[in-house]
Amino acid sequence: MVARRVTGEYAARLIVIGILIGLPIAALSARWLKPAIEIRARVAEAGGWTPADLTAAVGQPLHLRLTSDDVIHGFAVGQSAWPALDVEPGKVVETTLLFETPGRYVYYCTRWCGLGHWRMRGTIEVTGPTVESETAPQPLYAQLGIKIDEPHVAESVPGARPSPSRGAKFGASLPAALLNADYYRAHSPVEAWRDLRAEANTTSLSDDEVWDVVAFLWQSNTSEAVLAEGQRLFAANCTACHGEGGAGDGIAAQALANNEHEALTEFGQHTVAPADFTDLSRMLGASPALLQGKIIRGGMGTGMPYWGPIFTEAQTWALVDYLWTFVFDY
Amino acid sequence: MTRYDLTRLPLVKPLLKNRWPQWMVQVAALAGFVFAITAGLIGTPVGNHNFSIVFVWIGWWALLMLIAVPLFGRGWCSICPIPLPGEWLQRGAVIAPNAQGGFTLGRRWPNRLRNIWLQNGTFALTALFSAVVLTQPGVTAIVLAAFLFLALAASLVFERRAFCRYLCPVGGFIGLYSQVAPVEVRAKDPSLCATHLEKTCYVGGAEGYGCPWQVYPGGLVKNTYCGTCVECLRTCPHDNIAINLRPPGADLLVPAGRKLDEAFKAFIMLGSALAYSLVMLGPWGAIKTAAYSVGSAAWIGYALSFVVWIFGMLPGAFLIAVLVGKLLGKRAPVSTRKAFTSLSYALIPLGLAAWIAFSLSFVFANLSYLWPVVSDPLGWGWNLFGTAGIEWTPYFMQIVPASQVIVLIGGLAWASLTARQIAGELKFKTIQAAPVVVFCFGVTVGLLWLLVG
Repeated sequence: MVARRVTGEYAARLIVIGILIGLPIAALSARWLKPAIEIRARVAEAGGWTPADLTAAVGQPLHLRLTSDDVIHGFAVGQSAWPALDVEPGKVVETTLLFETPGRYVYYCTRWCGLGHWRMRGTIEVTGPTVESETAPQPLYAQLGIKIDEPHVAESVPGARPSPSRGAKFGASLPAALLNADYYRAHSPVEAWRDLRAEANTTSLSDDEVWDVVAFLWQSNTSEAVLAEGQRLFAANCTACHGEGGAGDGIAAQALANNEHEALTEFGQHTVAPADFTDLSRMLGASPALLQGKIIRGGMGTGMPYWGPIFTEAQTWALVDYLWTFVFDY
Repeated sequence: MTRYDLTRLPLVKPLLKNRWPQWMVQVAALAGFVFAITAGLIGTPVGNHNFSIVFVWIGWWALLMLIAVPLFGRGWCSICPIPLPGEWLQRGAVIAPNAQGGFTLGRRWPNRLRNIWLQNGTFALTALFSAVVLTQPGVTAIVLAAFLFLALAASLVFERRAFCRYLCPVGGFIGLYSQVAPVEVRAKDPSLCATHLEKTCYVGGAEGYGCPWQVYPGGLVKNTYCGTCVECLRTCPHDNIAINLRPPGADLLVPAGRKLDEAFKAFIMLGSALAYSLVMLGPWGAIKTAAYSVGSAAWIGYALSFVVWIFGMLPGAFLIAVLVGKLLGKRAPVSTRKAFTSLSYALIPLGLAAWIAFSLSFVFANLSYLWPVVSDPLGWGWNLFGTAGIEWTPYFMQIVPASQVIVLIGGLAWASLTARQIAGELKFKTIQAAPVVVFCFGVTVGLLWLLVG
């Protein structure tokens, strides 16, 4: 009887030790088999991404398990081809990232989740053997030395909305120097208008007809596909402030104009009314390179976010091309 | 009142006297408890996909408030895993009786703290953080682990189950409401206990341990502090312990042992049911936000309001009802304190009804979260049993409001009857119980408004 009791006691102790130690270890082991970083999304005012700073190594899969505490967010890594994921409250979504080159990547929210949406960003520091590569060229606006914070206003504007289809009639006679992408990106429409006005073969054209030629020149440097991509990016990232029609009248515009945008002012940022892309004097005085700079670097002291780490170069140019649709009759 | 001793049924006594069946259930509960802590710490932070939230606050809570407490009183305490590791260390044995003892200083619990005021405090403290405890797995895990370590420390310093008896915030209210339960552990013949000089039920013997709850079974007249561990059934050499089926609420009419700390437990529980209904089920977002924003100025305001409500306003209103009742009689046969304490026991059935009604409002709405969590307890995308894809479906929502009305009206009727009976016991006229009945009516109307609309 006593022997049975002792045997039973030892068996019971083994079971208890198994539960107290074995169970947590078993659960942890399951995690070690597929380690994943848990990322929680909350609107920026409540903390944004947690954790916001990740590390990874080149060639090593980075498993992420994302969830939202409040509203629908989106997850994407800037300047990458990974498709965006929706991160819904109460659900878990997983993704695995694999980086080929070291560097600092930015991940961000792709859903308009609140006033501080654009502040929902985190970084992924990817380490690995440094590969000898060509130094990435500076953005065009920097190469050209454009001072993007200074006013760039067109002193002359057309009386009607310039039409590329009307301008196309004169397109064949345009000088070759004006018909390339380098010229287009480095010059504002008003500079192109002045250059055209100086050409001998445009003396018979009215000022507005020359503006039509400028519109043609601008349209000839883009395509339907690029404009569609620009429109998609604009709708996803810009309309909340700049408005669907680009008139600077998005849902956040009033708060920005009154410097009452809590998501920004709580950090001491000053804000102004968003740019109106239908304003001819503003747009015709700006070169594509200037707009590229504004997008990449953001607007100092205006509340305009910086998009450099988010958009690829092609995406930035697509967005710039799309902005002209607000002044030219594409 | 009639009783039926369940140990007379075949198999019941052998099953209870043998340590293994109870131990196996305890160990299963311990496994669930340890896993709940683990899941809370390493699983998904999404509450409705994490074992710790779904199984503890939906599964366990439903089992406790809808079945265990109303039907078995402290039945849960008999299998509760929280005190087990400490108790095993204290005994130096996991299952077999061990006369040598284990690791404990074996101190006596301080006399001044031999009441449930600390339990009242620990419950109120936990309740202040409940909005985050109930929704955030990590916080739930920390709270559960804190209970485990507190119980462990109590066992290593004090004798027997000091944590269960004096500290456990859950045990406090289970004990209060166990007075309503239709089962009890009692001596079959107390006179036989009086002649049994060894008192093995209290000091222990070869067959088992002395009452872990520091209760002398021979003198038991109420369920409040009997943990139904049935250790006395094992140690009694005269087979003098019964597990009786009895009329529900029999303890409410036992005048012995009525104390102010238990009276306040009744107010705390009733007040909490009202407050939770207001905060968690009401349409007032600002209050809900304040309850969730732990540490903020709004939360401090909420916490102060909660404490003032359960410790001040509700007992204050009840005191006024008692005083009005006393004024309705020609002269006061008992002191105000005694009248207040005794009549507050009428709130026990009302409080239990309030908690059942409150639990009904969310348990059946959320019960379906159990099925996916069974297959994916950590929220890591597993599908162990093929149930991970089962969508959330509220159950029985058509009958829940009617059930809540029936439960609350039943609780009011029971409370009113109890108030009348206690008033009679205090030599009050029937009319003198009327203000207390009006108080209970007001609380019931408030609950009906908050829960059913």
